[in-house]
Amino acid sequence: MWRYIAKRVAHAVFVMWLVATTVFFGLRFVPGGPVRAMLGQEATPEAVAALRAELGLDRPLPVQYIDWMTDLVVLDLGRSITSSTKVSALIAEAAPKTLSIAFIGVMLGLAIAIPAGVLGATRRNELADYAATLAAFVGISMPAFFVGILLAIVFGVWLGWLPVLGYVPISEGVVPWLEHLLLPSIAVGLPYAAGVTRMMRSSLIETLDEGYMRTALAKGVSSRTQLYKHAMQNALIPVVTIAGIQLALVLGGSVTVEIVFGIQGLGRLLVNSILERNYPVTQVTILLISGVFVFMNLLVDIVYTAIDPRIRYGGEAA
Amino acid sequence: MTERDADARPEADASAQPTDHPPRADGGTETSDGGVADTTFGTRRGEFGVGEVPPEYETESTVEEHRSTLERIVRTLRRDRLALAGAIFVLLFVVVAVFAPYVAPHGPEETFGLMKPPLSESVGDFDGDGQTETVTHYLGTDSFGHDLLTRIIYGARVSLLVALATVGVAFSIGTTLGIVAGYYGGWIDSVIMRYVDFQWAFPEIILGVGIIAVMGGLGVVNVVLAIGIAFIDDFARIIRGEVLSIREEEYITAARAVGMGDLRIMFKEMVPNAIAPLIVQATLMIPLAILAEAGLSFLGLGVKPTTPTWGLLISDGRQFISRAPWISVIPGLAIMLVVLAFNTLGDGLRDAFDISQSEVE
Repeated sequence: MWRYIAKRVAHAVFVMWLVATTVFFGLRFVPGGPVRAMLGQEATPEAVAALRAELGLDRPLPVQYIDWMTDLVVLDLGRSITSSTKVSALIAEAAPKTLSIAFIGVMLGLAIAIPAGVLGATRRNELADYAATLAAFVGISMPAFFVGILLAIVFGVWLGWLPVLGYVPISEGVVPWLEHLLLPSIAVGLPYAAGVTRMMRSSLIETLDEGYMRTALAKGVSSRTQLYKHAMQNALIPVVTIAGIQLALVLGGSVTVEIVFGIQGLGRLLVNSILERNYPVTQVTILLISGVFVFMNLLVDIVYTAIDPRIRYGGEAA
Repeated sequence: MTERDADARPEADASAQPTDHPPRADGGTETSDGGVADTTFGTRRGEFGVGEVPPEYETESTVEEHRSTLERIVRTLRRDRLALAGAIFVLLFVVVAVFAPYVAPHGPEETFGLMKPPLSESVGDFDGDGQTETVTHYLGTDSFGHDLLTRIIYGARVSLLVALATVGVAFSIGTTLGIVAGYYGGWIDSVIMRYVDFQWAFPEIILGVGIIAVMGGLGVVNVVLAIGIAFIDDFARIIRGEVLSIREEEYITAARAVGMGDLRIMFKEMVPNAIAPLIVQATLMIPLAILAEAGLSFLGLGVKPTTPTWGLLISDGRQFISRAPWISVIPGLAIMLVVLAFNTLGDGLRDAFDISQSEVE
């Protein structure tokens, strides 16, 4: 088991290195180079040379690459070109907002999806099942930002229950913080819940049909114990996979949803930096979002060891 | 898995044409085919070779094995009402998108009163003939005064174009990578699949945004490339799995024995055999591409800001949700309906081809 975890950690580190390398070379292959793109076509050669020197782009590529890697390791992320603020300060400002939305979104999503999926599987072909299935189907067909706009219209504009703009840090009180995050979190959580519900339902149905479930019944296990102890443990394995893969949806969703609610998070930062060709900010933001994602996948892999006995007892059979 | 491998064989050379066996009864579940078995029973008996199943022993699954791709799609649509509804809606979407200039009530750049609610009217001389006329805006107008129905109809064009081109990019690159990986194996396989795993681990929209950042410009071509590249991993995975399962089949050995080149074996023998899961994947990918395009447009990283797209309409309407909620809501509903339609169709096809959920998606 520990070997398995160590292997997953090594893999995650490798992936991050690959991302950092890809970002490095990707941005240097921009037609005309980042400096041209930043300064525009009319810039004087002197201005271009000056900015190239300032950004260290006039040095040989391998030197730049090693620099980029060491800077990353010691978390020296450089400065924004447009405002000369430290990139790390911009990130520290933006990241908590996006991550809060994503976190609450995932929690809400799972809180809806697991019961809904179980309900669908245990009350198969009953009204509750149809309702859950239909809702999930509609849910996977809606972009998170549209869900966000609908929520803002209904709960913000029509009912006036919750604010639809801005963000309040948690240090100014948990309630206002939550009030501002609730709608965006629901917006990212609902499409997520839809995907997980579908998987939970089909996985549990499949497990309930397995031979060992019949054996358990034949041995006289009461149906409730049987359902939870036997079926759930096995049914959850693919659900964890989907729940992990679909975190991508939540992160991608947060990026668009925070724009709906006027929250200056990572999404806003990333989009603005791309539009302003602010490369130091772009590369770090992409790296950070990828990092969060790789880390979440790693967590999912580790959760496997807890729920999948094949991994717990024997290397990495799964 | 095994059932599908076997199923692939009769379709080897005619992926979209009926096989020489006509559809037969499948245990009475479908009445329209019911009579066929009786009339063909006696005459066809001698035609069954080694390993083939005479009709009286046929189960549903063996009948399925003899069906061609097209036949299966038609059968699915006949049986699965939801998939049929999806297919009809998809067809409607395609027709509207293709014939936008004929279907749309106005020109995409024509302007009327700003933010008029649905079913309101504009009165004025809009066609420049010196006479005033009354124009009904069934879905209202947007913040620039464009007729919303017209913008949505033209937006369908962009969505369809981007979706198809994206799937085309993802399909061609992904299929090539996957088939090469599966066919040659060894280190080629390792390198390609490492890359695919790497890409698979990333949110498509983030990948798309990253690619847009690298390409450094807005426009349809960049959007298509960004989303297309973001989706190649799915196609690569699927076809590699298929290739691995058929690589050792006799007809591949036979093709090699008669001197067929690697390329011909890959694209003439293997791709047609893996066509079913690829079609399903493409169908399920179109809605994802539509969502991704809408997301990029919404972020302002998609096509040029003046182009009518659903994502941009939603984005424009965002500032006016209290005064004119329809500007955002109606294009959002359009996205939802089209995506829903593709999803029901894709799900129906997946069931028809008996592809497990874990294989596709």
